[in-house]
Amino acid sequence: MTPLPIVLVAGNPNSGKSTIFNALTGARAHVANYPGVTIDRVSATVAIAGRDLELVDLPGTYSLSARSREEQIAVDSLLGRNLPSPAAVVVVVDAAALGRALFMAIEVIATGVPVVIALNMSDEAARDGFVVDRAKLAAMTGAEVVQTVATKGNGIADLKLAIGRAAAKTPSEAPPLERPAVVAADIAELESAILTERVLERPAAARAWATWLLLSLDDEGADDLAGIPPSLRKRTLEIRRRAEAAGRNVDLEIIASSYQRVDTIVEAVVQRPPEPSRRRSDRIDAILTHGLYGSAVFAVVMLVVFQALFTWSEPAIAVIESGVAGIQAAAAATLPAGPLTDLIINGIIAGVGNVVVFVPQIGLLFLFIGLLEDSGYLARVAFVIDRLMRSVGLNGRAFVPMLSGFSCAIPAVMATRTIESRTDRLLTMLVLPLMSCSARLPVYVLITATVFAPGMRIGFLSVGAVVLFAMYLLSVVAALTAAAVLRRTALKGPGAPLVLELPPYRLPSLRVMAFNVWQRVRAFLIGAGTVILALTIVLWALLSYPKVAADAAGDQLRHSFAGRLGHAIEPAIAPLGFDWRIGVGIIGAFAAREVFVSTLAIVFDIESDGAEDEPLRDALRAATWPDGRRLMTPLAGVSLMVFFVLACQCMSTIAVVRRESGTWSWPLFMLAYMTVLAYGASLAVYQVGSRLGLGLG
Amino acid sequence: MTRKHGSLAALPVGGTAIVSRVRGERAVVRRLLEIGLVPGTQVTLRRVAPMGDPIELKVRNFALSIRRSEALGIEIE
Repeated sequence: MTPLPIVLVAGNPNSGKSTIFNALTGARAHVANYPGVTIDRVSATVAIAGRDLELVDLPGTYSLSARSREEQIAVDSLLGRNLPSPAAVVVVVDAAALGRALFMAIEVIATGVPVVIALNMSDEAARDGFVVDRAKLAAMTGAEVVQTVATKGNGIADLKLAIGRAAAKTPSEAPPLERPAVVAADIAELESAILTERVLERPAAARAWATWLLLSLDDEGADDLAGIPPSLRKRTLEIRRRAEAAGRNVDLEIIASSYQRVDTIVEAVVQRPPEPSRRRSDRIDAILTHGLYGSAVFAVVMLVVFQALFTWSEPAIAVIESGVAGIQAAAAATLPAGPLTDLIINGIIAGVGNVVVFVPQIGLLFLFIGLLEDSGYLARVAFVIDRLMRSVGLNGRAFVPMLSGFSCAIPAVMATRTIESRTDRLLTMLVLPLMSCSARLPVYVLITATVFAPGMRIGFLSVGAVVLFAMYLLSVVAALTAAAVLRRTALKGPGAPLVLELPPYRLPSLRVMAFNVWQRVRAFLIGAGTVILALTIVLWALLSYPKVAADAAGDQLRHSFAGRLGHAIEPAIAPLGFDWRIGVGIIGAFAAREVFVSTLAIVFDIESDGAEDEPLRDALRAATWPDGRRLMTPLAGVSLMVFFVLACQCMSTIAVVRRESGTWSWPLFMLAYMTVLAYGASLAVYQVGSRLGLGLG
Repeated sequence: MTRKHGSLAALPVGGTAIVSRVRGERAVVRRLLEIGLVPGTQVTLRRVAPMGDPIELKVRNFALSIRRSEALGIEIE
């Protein structure tokens, strides 16, 4: 099968690029990875004018220049370097912000690849009084221009026809952009070197790449760009050094001359309104970013999101859990007893349940994020809260994911996609699991009820309230401290500057939002779900094998691999105040933290594993070390809770961080640092507490 | 409002000026230039976030927010 002709869809963030892509392709997008980098390659096959084309959604950027391999994808895709050459490119531009959007459009056009400009949000621009002369824009840029309103589906048919025409053309020799003679000579010198080395064949492509090299390469090899022949890298840096010695700034010369061209075009094709536009957005912003009202609205919106994630997802989760239990019961009743049935019930069905149970929270969170982002408010959230987040090295966009972490780390990690800079995104992902998620609650509740007397009070507060408050406080402090530390160590480097566009307020389209929620849920089910399922089966095997001739589930568990592992790690965890039985619970909790409770119930031979954990509490209270000392002293209880706050006791989190970071090294790093942190903190609590004579009672 | 060799960070809310130069680390400067803050461009400081940072600019008919640390490197006249 010959590969299909490729059409790239490029554009600024907030230009409606993805909406155009979705409108062109329907719900048939296919997600893969670009070779060597961890960027999703979203593509779909579309029949246009009787010919199948592969449409590829490029990441949204303001320019083609790059510092990292991730950013390099855009230029490599355009020029077909290590990737197939495109037949045509759609550049989506915001009709009301042509003065900025055309910058990237003319960079793309300069490569000589046939271009279609989608003049998007043209209704909004028209309402604000902007009139764009499309014929003149087409004449001045050499690209076909189509007017679209992607959220309503307007202009999509025309756009398809234009794509068909463009893809049938051959790459042209776009005339070079007018630049100062000195820098034009620099570019020409590099261009001929590229052509001589036959890295690229077409002069326009070579010129575009020469310009890109001059803008992107960094002196001390500080960039992380790949696939650039060493001779060309050397030549580029020589040219840059020569210019610097002459007191010139190559970046400025290139970018300023491109903008000169943009300004000339805009001057000729845009009729501006007499009054500055966006008055409606300005009025809304006067309230929403106001010191007092803005903060109040902000707090209310965040509370609603938070509350919804916690409580609205609850009924759906309950339905899924009882559904899974029902299927397990039905399978147990119909299938013959045996190891295979056990695998099906407690490995596969339970594993699928472990995956599906996250869907309500992921769906809800992305519904809210869609609502906030498409309405324009998410950018204001970042604007309002950036100052606070920056004090620990995070940026304003990390706020919503961090807050969602209180509910569940899985959707929260996925929500970090709204963070533009990859370093900032990784940082947020790595500290997020420290936020105390709702699955830790049953553990706090069980331990608090076990080790403290029911009526105990500290001042006028019940001990339960104090413990809960202390655990949440610890989790926030730990997350923020970890962020500050990681920013200075593992994720060091010049933080990307905050360049945050505040788009005009818009009414979100339900269709677009529903589509995006579905895409996120699907990405989770395919990307992370498979890993969660596999890990569930592995854990099931650890807890059930090798088989022994024992009637009680507790005996079986004690002799299983997990039971032996619990015994094996006892010397390591005894200084934290935990015996091997707690160790087995901790191992079991890796499936999901709340499983800690049911695993303990088995290991302590508690028959009922219903909602009532009274018998388990009694068993825990009565439990002793071999020498007769009480196991669950208040101090051991606090140590255990601290461990649960800080440890990465959740394989689903690891699976989703692997999915979102694209490598195993970051989730494993996260597991390692959180385990060390949890171990150290629990050790300190138990050892210092014991020395001070606390918690012996 | 005209200032000589002032910094954008010192512009009062509502003030308008022309960018004359952008200084700072290369990657940051390049980013600011690419988003349209090239010398000769008119900018208006529209508002300041409730905690004093970042700031919101109007440039090329769109609203752009940057931090004061970056605004300090943008010279205006």
